[in-house]
Amino acid sequence: MLFRPNPSSGVPIYLQLMEQVKHAIETGALRPGEQLPGIRPLAEELVINPNTVAKAYRELEHEGVIELRHGAGAFVADSARPKKITDRLRAAQTVVAAAVERLRERGVNDEEIRRLFEAELAGLSKTKAGGHRG
Amino acid sequence: MAEPSVIDVANLRKAWADVEAVNGLTLQVPAGSIFGFLGRNGAGKTTTIKVLLGMVRPSGGTARVFELPADAPASSVEIRRRTGFVSEEKDLIDYMTVGEIVRFTAAFYPRWRRDLEEKYLRAFELPSDRKVKLLSRGMRTKLALLLALCRGAELLVLDEPTSGLDPAMTEEVLQALVAHAAGEGMTVFFSSHQIAEVDQIADRVAIIERGRTVVCGALDDLRERYRRVQLVFDGDAPAASFRAPGIVRVRRRGRVLTVLSSSGADAILDEARALAPVATDVVPVTLKEIFLETIAAEE
Repeated sequence: MLFRPNPSSGVPIYLQLMEQVKHAIETGALRPGEQLPGIRPLAEELVINPNTVAKAYRELEHEGVIELRHGAGAFVADSARPKKITDRLRAAQTVVAAAVERLRERGVNDEEIRRLFEAELAGLSKTKAGGHRG
Repeated sequence: MAEPSVIDVANLRKAWADVEAVNGLTLQVPAGSIFGFLGRNGAGKTTTIKVLLGMVRPSGGTARVFELPADAPASSVEIRRRTGFVSEEKDLIDYMTVGEIVRFTAAFYPRWRRDLEEKYLRAFELPSDRKVKLLSRGMRTKLALLLALCRGAELLVLDEPTSGLDPAMTEEVLQALVAHAAGEGMTVFFSSHQIAEVDQIADRVAIIERGRTVVCGALDDLRERYRRVQLVFDGDAPAASFRAPGIVRVRRRGRVLTVLSSSGADAILDEARALAPVATDVVPVTLKEIFLETIAAEE
């Protein structure tokens, strides 16, 4: 199965689903133009709330990752957008690599680095979500 | 949000003799949501549900379903006509067979859905000619659910729908609820003390304790707002108090100060800087932790 959110992780399920869709596109498991599962079948398959799937799809459309075609369903956006994600991620990866390198030089071990990243992300995700609503 | 709530309860109270079973309970259930009503045993869940269905008269406050007062006899009939209900005991007529009870129940409801009846009889693998009293607990739950789902109701009220079911059976019941809510655009209100199942299928939740609402809102919103901030100090953690809004709990243990917040970490981190901690961690909080911590904070 392509998507597998963890309902009890404390991270909103729609955010997990968004990340998993993006990841599937990055890895090529989902290609531009390909159709995503419908809201209802996906909710049934994952046994999660259909409103949650709908919210994830709406946000993904908002970010230009997918297209919602009326009556036809959700499709991975064609053309530039998915590629942009890859480019952006590649650029981001060099930043992360440099940061990790610097931290290791200071004697911070990998487990500590992982925890620092997670803590930072947990703090940031809140601000990001607040921005969406505003 | 302009749409009126399907269920709207404000400052509801119900006293049995000298016990306040429900004591100032407030919650709103928007149309189309799957609403998890969480609380420990004896927190007031069943009493609240009985008030909503006109089976118990409140001692104070208001309870409205479909914008109708739940305690007025005429509107209560209308509420029950439009609501499918499964009680915790899964009350069924034991001497009938599965087929008989389905036909018997269908006769009361003009909007009975034959298509769904056939679908769920098959999906739930319910044997038509088996006597109800010979059904296993899981089968009984599925039959009660089938009878509620096929009525063509707009609202489904379930009191502890999965209590006593094994994990596989629980998953089957949850799946039926999700599928039904998605397919029929129905509102589902279910009580539970199983946090995992609320986490899984609910989009809104209320946590009640001693008859009062302690947390109520969209589940994703809670997941985004609740944060645990852990501050580590060089020596013993200071006995700090925070002015930041939404502090649920502050705990000191040795060199560690843990702050649970219901409105993000930023304000706490700003204040914490003055205390000069040597390390700061911010982590998301699970619904289970929210449940346990808010209940602990009430005590």
